[in-house]
Amino acid sequence: MTNSASAPAVTMRVWRGDASGGDFREYQVAVDEGMVVLDVIHRIQASQAPDMAVRWNCKAGRCGSCSAEVNGRPRLMCMTRMNIFTPGEPISVAPLRTFPLIKDLVTDVSFNYEKARAVPAFKPRPKDADGKHRMFQEDIDRVQEFHKCIECFLCQDVCHVIRDHVENKPQFAGPRLFVRLAALEMHPLDTNDRLALLKQKAGLGYCNITKCCTEVCPEHIRITDNAIIPLKERVVTEYYDPVVWAWRTLTGRGKNEGRQTADPPG
Amino acid sequence: MALEDKYETHEYDVLVVGAGGAGLRAAIEASAQGAKTALICKSLLGKAHTVMAEGGIAAALGNVWPEDNWRVHFRDTMRGGKLLNNWRMAQIHAQEAPDRVLELEEWGALFDRTKDGLILQRDFGGHRYARLAHVGDRTGLEMIRTLQQHAVHKGIDVYMECTIQRLLKDGDRISGAFGYWRENGRFVLFKAKAIALATGGVGRCWEITSNSWEYTGDGIAMALAAGADLIDMEMTQFHPTGMVWPTSVRGLLVTEGVRGDGGTLRNSEGRRFMFDYVPDFFRAETAVDEREADAWYADKRNNRRTPDLLPRDEVARAINAEVKAGRGSPHGGVFLDIASRRDADYIRRRLPSMYQQFRELADVDITREAMEVGPTFHYMMGGVRVDADTAATSVPGLFAAGEVAAGLHGANRLGGNSLSDLLVFGRRAGLFAAEYARSCPDSPSVNAEEVEYAAHTMLAPFDRTGGENPYAVHLDLQKCMQALVGIIRTESELRQALDELARLRLRLEQLTVPGNRQYNSAWHQALDLEFMLMVSEAITLAAIERKESRGGHTRDDYPAADAAFARVNVVTRRSNGQITCALEPLAEMPDELKQIVEDKS
Repeated sequence: MTNSASAPAVTMRVWRGDASGGDFREYQVAVDEGMVVLDVIHRIQASQAPDMAVRWNCKAGRCGSCSAEVNGRPRLMCMTRMNIFTPGEPISVAPLRTFPLIKDLVTDVSFNYEKARAVPAFKPRPKDADGKHRMFQEDIDRVQEFHKCIECFLCQDVCHVIRDHVENKPQFAGPRLFVRLAALEMHPLDTNDRLALLKQKAGLGYCNITKCCTEVCPEHIRITDNAIIPLKERVVTEYYDPVVWAWRTLTGRGKNEGRQTADPPG
Repeated sequence: MALEDKYETHEYDVLVVGAGGAGLRAAIEASAQGAKTALICKSLLGKAHTVMAEGGIAAALGNVWPEDNWRVHFRDTMRGGKLLNNWRMAQIHAQEAPDRVLELEEWGALFDRTKDGLILQRDFGGHRYARLAHVGDRTGLEMIRTLQQHAVHKGIDVYMECTIQRLLKDGDRISGAFGYWRENGRFVLFKAKAIALATGGVGRCWEITSNSWEYTGDGIAMALAAGADLIDMEMTQFHPTGMVWPTSVRGLLVTEGVRGDGGTLRNSEGRRFMFDYVPDFFRAETAVDEREADAWYADKRNNRRTPDLLPRDEVARAINAEVKAGRGSPHGGVFLDIASRRDADYIRRRLPSMYQQFRELADVDITREAMEVGPTFHYMMGGVRVDADTAATSVPGLFAAGEVAAGLHGANRLGGNSLSDLLVFGRRAGLFAAEYARSCPDSPSVNAEEVEYAAHTMLAPFDRTGGENPYAVHLDLQKCMQALVGIIRTESELRQALDELARLRLRLEQLTVPGNRQYNSAWHQALDLEFMLMVSEAITLAAIERKESRGGHTRDDYPAADAAFARVNVVTRRSNGQITCALEPLAEMPDELKQIVEDKS
């Protein structure tokens, strides 16, 4: 906390309160060169509001814990530099709106963990004769893009299907889970089938491709183009393609033989 | 009132505390053995410090260099640890790491590939061959996500944002743990036959650290309080390359992969100064000039390793010396340059997180300019003493794995050996904890007095008024450890640190916390401080005890290694509230392993 006496001060409007209510409170804070929003929040904690609740871990954009809505936009506080804001204007920091509030900037994100439990597990094909799996880099590039997800849940927060309609939550998994499902479906070794889940319980059809999720992703995963749209195409092919339908009716076979086992538990 | 009526109570065969790589792997194994298993984490699942590991998992798969095998990995690990390692742990680790990596792949992990479609391996400090299985520079994320997704289908009960504050005993043996939910501050009591600690390290005791807030020494402090032995507490690793600017990100890790992929360290005169710091111990295996060093990346048979990739303790001391000699960078570090040595596409592909981190936090484009880097507290080699095969501590029923445990890395850990440590010994801790639990006929009982005393002391900061704010005490602790128990140590400063820690202890006892128990960050900080103070004291005492320089422990007043200290661990114990240290001999290495270590080829 060097130079705090001489550093310029900003006005931070931080949401304080819990499920029973609350409002924005103003804090004047000195800001040093290079600081991010999370530094400023920590400075408020250390000097003005010791019991303020904020979730964070790595402060390096790797863990996805410190998600919040800064001036209304979902962001990681640890990767949001203070110098992007107009000098002299107050900066607001609020909790993610899509999830139930616990306290101050901390919300209950268990929705995402419940949805993750419902995803049928990875089921690899047998290994090669020498006990190894062989895959080629060009075949896994796309899936590795999905594996970059840090589970900050900003995409879930911004998704209007659940942001504006809490009643959709039971039948809609959200962009994070679509990325996860796409990663499994496109994994070169995986043999499980999740198309029934996608169509029925994950609610892929609710997504109307507004790309808000892609815009806020701090890992720059192209959620809509690379995960959601290809999944939609697979579902269409599986359920509505007359050739596939005829083939399955005639032969009684198809990738979806395993569909029963692929249904989510519970 | 019975404890069960007063506090939320759960009963398990195996309780795993900590949900990073080691904890997840332990829980998966304990559960697979049929034990009723709980996994407890201070944060949300998947956010543990493992997520920040960048470079890779060291395992002698032999995919890139067929010459590699467990013996070479064992030798590198022992020599990197200045032979203070527990040889049996180093042997098990080198032998089992490849299976643990392949297992991750079987569970869905996608490592970068060789041209033949196998797992690609990268060069890292102290490793003779390219050995680290990796995913760009975000290997820890891949590992924790794979384990997390595997674990959720195994029927393990996960307690998120739940902090364990005390271990409970029934006579000599472990019987449970007591803690609180961070969300609402309510207490929770676990009865357990066996507990596996996987709580990680202690980095938050220092001001400049690459560690997240969770690294407050919980497991080490609780084990010490429960009567377990600690070893090697003086062995602390300062990673040579942390960011130095802007101040708000000072300490943030810059992966060794930058040097593994061709980056080099330079001082303000442009000199590759690491050639000036090659110790005799590594001279025979280190390149003599820039030509040989640069040729080594592609041809390891005819060239020796660049000194940029000496073990971390050597590089950190060298950077420290260069800065002290006035040859540092503008913000008090040195330059790490990959921009002039590799093309931009290669850098962005191999080091995407570094590219993003510098661009977004420091306005530096690492494909065009050099980075400024300096040492940052990174890893604790010391910790809870464990049996090499079973991960059992000296307290019956208590197991430990990962950074909280000690022995594998000796005086200095090689990069990449941490993630493999988590997998190899996490699995063993889970396996043997489950086996121990099976051998316990009865459920252990917890001592009501012990629990009530814990509850009372934990709530004390709410009852006091007019005391200090816990953040101020934490900052002063960090300043004390940074200034007096840093990279270069000396007895007078260590004694000064002990005095300061005693004063901080008094201040801790007077802390005041405002507000209520609901997600109260000040209260959490106050409780974490208890752990941090205890481990800081243990580290300082052990550092006084080792009167020589070795690995992560450098003494200005004893600058050379001492043959007498080469054969002993500093063992730390606590009784009647007093922490004491003793020197105890290392286990004797079998002759066939000695030959591997001494092999000069």
